[in-house]
Amino acid sequence: MTTAQIIFTAFTLAAFGFFAYTAMKIWGLFKLTKPLERMDKIGQRISTTILVAFGQQKMFKRPVAGLLHALVWWGFLVITVGTVEMIIDGIAGSERILGFLGPVYGVITASGELFAGIIILACIIFLVRRYMVKPKRFIAPEMKPSSKMDATLILFMILVLMASLLGLNMGYVLSQGAVGSYPLSHMLIDSAGLSGGDWHTFEAVNWWIHICLVLVFLNILPYSKHFHVIMAVPNVFFARLEPKAKLDNMASVTKEVKLMMDPETAFAPPAEGEAPPERFGIKTTDDITWKHLLDAYTCTECGRCTAVCPANNTGKKLSPRKLFIDLRAAATKGERVEGGKPLSAPDRITEEELWACTTCMACMEECPVNIDHVPLIIDMRRSFVMEDSKAPNELTMMFNNIENNGAPWQFSASDRMKWAEDLEVRMINRS
Amino acid sequence: MSETKTIKVPTMAEMAANGEQPEILFWVGCAGAFDDRYKKVTRAFTMILDHVGIKYAVLGTEESCTGDPAKRAGNEFLFQMQAIQNIEVLNAYQVKKIVTACPHCFNTLKNEYPDLGGHYEVIHHATFLQQLLDEGKIRIKEDNAYHKMPMTYHDSCYLGRGNGIFEAPRAVVGALHAEAREMKRCRTKGMCCGAGGAQMFKEEEAGTTRVNFERIEQALETGADVVATACPFCMTMLTDGLKEKEQEDKVEVADLAELIASATGLQP
Repeated sequence: MTTAQIIFTAFTLAAFGFFAYTAMKIWGLFKLTKPLERMDKIGQRISTTILVAFGQQKMFKRPVAGLLHALVWWGFLVITVGTVEMIIDGIAGSERILGFLGPVYGVITASGELFAGIIILACIIFLVRRYMVKPKRFIAPEMKPSSKMDATLILFMILVLMASLLGLNMGYVLSQGAVGSYPLSHMLIDSAGLSGGDWHTFEAVNWWIHICLVLVFLNILPYSKHFHVIMAVPNVFFARLEPKAKLDNMASVTKEVKLMMDPETAFAPPAEGEAPPERFGIKTTDDITWKHLLDAYTCTECGRCTAVCPANNTGKKLSPRKLFIDLRAAATKGERVEGGKPLSAPDRITEEELWACTTCMACMEECPVNIDHVPLIIDMRRSFVMEDSKAPNELTMMFNNIENNGAPWQFSASDRMKWAEDLEVRMINRS
Repeated sequence: MSETKTIKVPTMAEMAANGEQPEILFWVGCAGAFDDRYKKVTRAFTMILDHVGIKYAVLGTEESCTGDPAKRAGNEFLFQMQAIQNIEVLNAYQVKKIVTACPHCFNTLKNEYPDLGGHYEVIHHATFLQQLLDEGKIRIKEDNAYHKMPMTYHDSCYLGRGNGIFEAPRAVVGALHAEAREMKRCRTKGMCCGAGGAQMFKEEEAGTTRVNFERIEQALETGADVVATACPFCMTMLTDGLKEKEQEDKVEVADLAELIASATGLQP
C-alpha cells in the first residue's frame, strides 16, 4: 500500500464512520416514534417513487426551476457512479477501475461530464436567483439566516465539486489517459489551447479536492436541509396513497366511542390492569409517528407549500413550511430527556397558526416530495380539543350544535325537511 | 309555458314502510337542509332527480351531520359518534348508493365512513349531473339562458385536490353552451374559498385580507357573469365576497344544479 492509499483509506473510513454515527443518532430518534403501517400497495409505491422522486414529476409544476433541479438530481445520480469508482480506486490504488466496462464506461464518463457542466450552470442560476431575483417564497419569517447560509454553502460546494470533476478529467485527458470518453474536457482543453507537460499533478490535486469534498458533503447533509437528497426517496415511497382529503380514523377513539355507546359498558369502571388510554393527537414529539419525522427530515424549505397557502396568501401567520422546520428542530433536540415541551408553544408552532388552516390541501398538492401537512395540523388540533378541551369559542359552539341538534348550526333536527315544502317544478317532456 | 307540478319528496322511512328500496339516497347535508341560500340548490337538484325519473329518497329528519367539521376541528370523538349513528341508519335501510351536493359530506361518506363500517357507493352531484348529461337524460338547448354567457367554475378543495374531481363540474358548465373562463388559479392550483377545515364556523385569524375576498377578486378578473360552484361553503364564501366587492347585482354565484335546472327550464 502506498502512503496515498493509506491516507485515503483512513480518511474514507473516518468519513463513513462519522456518517454512520450520525445515521445511528437519527435512527435512535426514529425508534422513539409511534408505529404506522405503510407497506401496502407496493407496486403503486414503487411507481410513485419512480415518477415523483426519481422523475421529479411534481418539481415541474414550476417548469424552469423544476427542470434545473431535475438536471442537478439526474446528474448527481450519474456522477455518483464515478464517485464509487473513485473510492475504489483510492483504496485499491487502481486507476479508473470501471474502465473494463468499455463503451458503457464511455457513456458514464461522457454523461457525467456533460451533467457536471449543466450543474455548474444550474448552480450559478440558482445563486443569481437566490441573491438577485430573490423569489418571494425565499423571504419569510421562518427563513432564518442559518437556513440561507445552508443553501449558499451547499451551492458553492456543488460548484467546487463539479469544477474539480472537470479539472481531474481534463488532467487525465492531457496526461494521455485512454479510458472513457470526455467530450466536455476536450472542448475546454481545445478552447483554452492547453497541451503537453505534466498534467498528472493537476489531475491528482483535483481528484483529492473532489473526493474529499464528496465525503465532507456526505457528512454535512444530515445536519442541513439538504438531507432531502437522501430522505426524499423513502419519503415518497412511504407517502400516503389515499385521496388527499381522507383523514385517518383514530382507532383508539373508536374503541372509546363504542364503549360509551354501549349501555353495558358506558358507566362501568375501567377493567383492572388495563393499559391507560393513549394520548390523543400530537402534543409533543413523543406523539409523532416515524412518518412525521421522515417528513420533517425531507423538507428542503423550498416554500412551494407556503406560496400557495390561502391563509399565508392573505397575511395569516400560518406557513405550512414552518410546521416541519419547527418539528424537525424539536425532534432533533431529543427533547424527551428534557420532559417533552409541547410542539405548540409561542416560540414554535402557535395555536393561531394551527387554527388558520382551511385544510385546502394546496400545500400537499404542491409539495415535490409528498409531505403531509394537513394531517399534522389536524393531529395537533386533536390534542388541543381532546386533551386540553381548547378550541376557539365558535368551534366549541359548533361542537355543541352537532351534539344537540345534529347540525353545526343551531337548527332543530325536526326542521330538516322544510326545504322540501311547496316544491314546484315545471313539467318538461323527458325525451 | 308548460305546466307545473308539486314534488313530494320521498323519505327512506316512507319507502321502507311501503316495502320499497330507492335506487339512490340523496344526502341533503346540513347546509342543504338549513342554509336559506343552499336550500335553493337542494330544491333545484330534487327537480332534476324528479325529472329524470330516478327512484330516490332522502333521510329527512333521520339525517344528521356527517361529522366533517368536528373531525377537521380536531374533535374525533364527536365525529365518530356522528359517523357511527349515521352508519347505523344507513345500514338499517340497506343503502347502497348515495348522491350529495356537498363535497365535505361526499368526502366523509366516501373516504372516512368505510373505516367505521359504512360502505357505500358515494357520488357527488357534479359527477352525477355529468352522467345524466352523457346519458342524454338531461338535454339542454343551445339557446338556453346561459348561452355564450361568460362563466367561471371555482374548484372546491374537497372535490378537486381532495378527491381528484376536476373535469365533471367543467363538463356540466360546458353543457350549458356558456363561455367558460378559467381563473389563474384553477384545478390542482385552485385557491380555497376559505371555509374548509371548520373555518366556515369561525372568524378568520388576523391577516391582511380575507381568503374569500381574495378568491372572488380572482373570479371577477375573468369577467365572468356567473361564478359556478359545487359546494355549499364555497357558495356562502364567494357570495359574501361579491357583497364586499359590491358586485352582487352584476355577478351571480350559482350551483351546478341550479344552472342545469334553469337551463332546462325545470325551475319555474
